[in-house]
Amino acid sequence: MTERVYEVVIIGSGAGGGTVAQALAPMVRDGVRILVLEKGPRLADGEFTGREMEMATALYEDGGGFLTADGTMTLAFACTYGGSTVVYTGTSLTAPERVVRHWNVPGLDHADVVRRSEKYLRENNVHLLGPDALNDNNRLFVEGGRRAGYHVEQFPVNVKGCRGSSFCNLGCPNQAKQGTNRVQLPAAERDGVEVVTRAEVLRIEVDRSVVVRVGEKPAGGKGAPSEWAPGDYRVRGKIVVSAGGAIGSPALLLRSPLPTPRCLGDGFTCHPALILVAEHPRAITNDVGHPKSFFVDRGAEERFVLETCMYFPFTTAKAITGFGAAHSAMVRAFPRLQMILVLACDHATPGNRITADAAGKPVVHYRFTPETVDGLVRGTVASAKIFFAAGALRVHAPFADPPLIDARDAARVEALITTRHWRPGKTTVSAAHLMGGCGMGRSAADSVTDVWGRVHGIPWLRVADASLFPDSLEINPYVTIMALADRVAEGIREDARELLA
Amino acid sequence: MAVLDPVRPAFRAVGQTVVPEAARLTESEWAAVEDIVEQALATRPPRLQRQLVTLIRLLQWLPLFRYGRPFTALDPTHRTRFLAAIQDAPVLLLRRGFWGLRTLVLMGYYARPVAATEIGYQADPRGWEARRP
Repeated sequence: MTERVYEVVIIGSGAGGGTVAQALAPMVRDGVRILVLEKGPRLADGEFTGREMEMATALYEDGGGFLTADGTMTLAFACTYGGSTVVYTGTSLTAPERVVRHWNVPGLDHADVVRRSEKYLRENNVHLLGPDALNDNNRLFVEGGRRAGYHVEQFPVNVKGCRGSSFCNLGCPNQAKQGTNRVQLPAAERDGVEVVTRAEVLRIEVDRSVVVRVGEKPAGGKGAPSEWAPGDYRVRGKIVVSAGGAIGSPALLLRSPLPTPRCLGDGFTCHPALILVAEHPRAITNDVGHPKSFFVDRGAEERFVLETCMYFPFTTAKAITGFGAAHSAMVRAFPRLQMILVLACDHATPGNRITADAAGKPVVHYRFTPETVDGLVRGTVASAKIFFAAGALRVHAPFADPPLIDARDAARVEALITTRHWRPGKTTVSAAHLMGGCGMGRSAADSVTDVWGRVHGIPWLRVADASLFPDSLEINPYVTIMALADRVAEGIREDARELLA
Repeated sequence: MAVLDPVRPAFRAVGQTVVPEAARLTESEWAAVEDIVEQALATRPPRLQRQLVTLIRLLQWLPLFRYGRPFTALDPTHRTRFLAAIQDAPVLLLRRGFWGLRTLVLMGYYARPVAATEIGYQADPRGWEARRP
């Protein structure tokens, strides 16, 4: 096994890893060697084509269809230089005060999260898109939402030179989205941080070394070959930062021979989501323009958030319940389809957790609580009202039987869409806001890390990703991940003299 | 050997029931559908691949008990009725198995560029520039 020596080893290059890499990069000038290990490949700008299967296969773990243990939900998370910041839509919200208060982490102050978030909002060029950039799909959501009595808000997004390809979730073909692949990682590399791609971390040892397997570029695959020759490496470090995401970090720590707290893996939440579609009488602009410009936040009152969205042919077909002629007719109405994403604000629940199988691979155990299903159903009812208020002819609602509701039944949506039609394993539920598993807290009795991402009892091991969240964030998480990762970096700088000695 | 090789006729019969337009696919178009499905399966564990083949075999032969014929010998109406019963089965294992198979069929069919064009999907990397005159 080849050996390499660094002072700081960061595992993962997404919102957490990229932020820590950039924040620590000035230490390189003082002779501190910093390495980022990324499991996925580094794609060239020209390799982002917007083709659905091609990009999903290249960028996502399991092509975006990572299944939970009981097979009733798929999880989407990226595995590439920049992590999931490459494939999100760039919506940039700051953690709500009530959520941080509910987390009740000693030493975590909402004002501090806001202050750090604002730094990254500026750095990532977050702003509101102008009216000329909005498509009909978004305009109908605003009009329908207001008519139906909802408070519709516009998402600030982190784009620069957005051409409106609508391919955000497949990686921007125009490099407009300001993910860590565009902002933090290049800045860190300019300062001397090394990034090695196609480098899967197998385990972290008690002597602070990291065992890494560097893979070959598969024939015909996208991305550059790894910066290192394929093979197994032992990377000796003094500070190790796990930033592999809410699935990757808990699984990595679980398969490592470390004295980690017993609650490692607990507290997984993910905002389970449904893609809803409705057919309008005329063609609308939906597959052009930024797809996710507006939202309705009913998280505090009704446990759901609605977002505008627009997906690709297969993803859309998968989201529509059932099969056969009625299903085909809905898919074939694509140019007339309006779409809304319903996200349930789930909460940390005993049993919903990450484990590792015998091979060390992550296993996600997730059961839908009645409260989560209720959030999905309420969100579906609200979406149906918005669709009809916007002029839709019919709405596809997976919690109705039959799922297609005609406009003449618009006044009956609350009676037609109910929890009794919920059948796990029948409805397509997916999630992309993966959180928890290495939650922050007071001690090893109730959490995995302290408020600085320091793993209890292992001061040289830090966590810097969404796994730190002790419970659901109830909004899109990347800005909060960056804010917490910024804190983690600050904690490392403060402890560096002692840990690097 | 491809994963679908042992169950190809049954897979195609299920495919035509899930997406009725698939009944009009030529042999080369079916090959394109199955190529996408095989690529997706290639990255999945062998255990999951075996489970899929077992499920398709089950769907092929279960109708014998109800209709006296295997799935491939049923007319479209009975195929639809049978799969609807599986989709709503009280056993989670069957429901989620069918959901997975249906997902693969939809992936194979709709991820083809020609199918995207057929349904009117026009997204283009040039965005608004490609749409506005």
